[in-house]
Amino acid sequence: MIAEEKVWTVIVLLAIGTFLIRFSFLGLVGDKELPPIVLKALRYTPVAVLPGMVAPLVLWPAATQGMIDPLRLFAACVTLGVGMWRKSFMPAAISGAVAFYGGLWVLSLAS
Amino acid sequence: MSDMTPKSAAIMGAKNGSPFILVLLPFAVLFGVLANQAGLSIEAALGFSFLVIAGSAQFAALQLLTEDAAIPLILLASLSVNLRMAMYSASLVPHLGKAPIWQRALVAYLNFDQAFAVSSAKYQDEPDWSISAKVAYFLGVAAPLATVWYIMTLVGVLVGTSIPQEWGLDFILPITFIGLFAPMLRTLAHLAAAVTSVLVALFFADLPSGMGVLIGAFCAMIVGVLVETRMEKREAQ
Repeated sequence: MIAEEKVWTVIVLLAIGTFLIRFSFLGLVGDKELPPIVLKALRYTPVAVLPGMVAPLVLWPAATQGMIDPLRLFAACVTLGVGMWRKSFMPAAISGAVAFYGGLWVLSLAS
Repeated sequence: MSDMTPKSAAIMGAKNGSPFILVLLPFAVLFGVLANQAGLSIEAALGFSFLVIAGSAQFAALQLLTEDAAIPLILLASLSVNLRMAMYSASLVPHLGKAPIWQRALVAYLNFDQAFAVSSAKYQDEPDWSISAKVAYFLGVAAPLATVWYIMTLVGVLVGTSIPQEWGLDFILPITFIGLFAPMLRTLAHLAAAVTSVLVALFFADLPSGMGVLIGAFCAMIVGVLVETRMEKREAQ
């Protein structure tokens, strides 16, 4: 269980920070040009953060006490492959979930 | 159509934004379910969706909260997911920069991916619209989508209470993250950034939770920019 106080601290500070990012140019800085290098770097933030966050969860899942789990690895690869191929969230997430739960089901039949 | 009234602009915005309801709906439900499974109260889950109103960052913060990461690390990692929105903010300035401050603040609060994408595309096509029509269009796109986001988060929390822990929902979050970034891997530079992010985060996996991700993100942004610059040079030759 996560301490309620910590959760709300994160919520409030994250809300303020996110708003300030969104308000930055529109409300505070105005019509100033960003250096091109900064603009370039900003475009990479999602692909710079999310893969690093997900990698340990895929390789060393808490549910298997940090042991590599072929099924989770497989489902992750399916999600990645379909996402890159179809270039859309829903097909990727659904394929990944089907791969994972389909795999769990097949394993439960085998045991 | 430079004589577009704010009212009809808002209606048009709501129409143009409506397909994205289907995108946000499952995503919001999922956030509610996972927040519930992580032990967050209804108020906290709704607090995230209402105050932060940024999908990927909410999921990132939730994940790091469950890993018991330190608050500054949770904030840094989640906010860096949102940094792209500074770019959104900058590119709205030519269109909305002269609107009253409270309208700009409202637009800023609602400046999530889908609202920005739909509105900025429209502004490209209709540069002559009045500022009030442009603001109304933005709110027309964003407000219904935001409402779906709040309500479906609540639905997710309620659904989550009836889902047993044995369902292995732990792995839905990684699948969500992969589903989010996989479609972005369109160029070699994005791919290189993603691979860097993974390798560096894994290398620093033993550091306190969230730290490896941050170092990885920093390296990945540099790699992304370097590869992009190199590709541009190659094309120019």
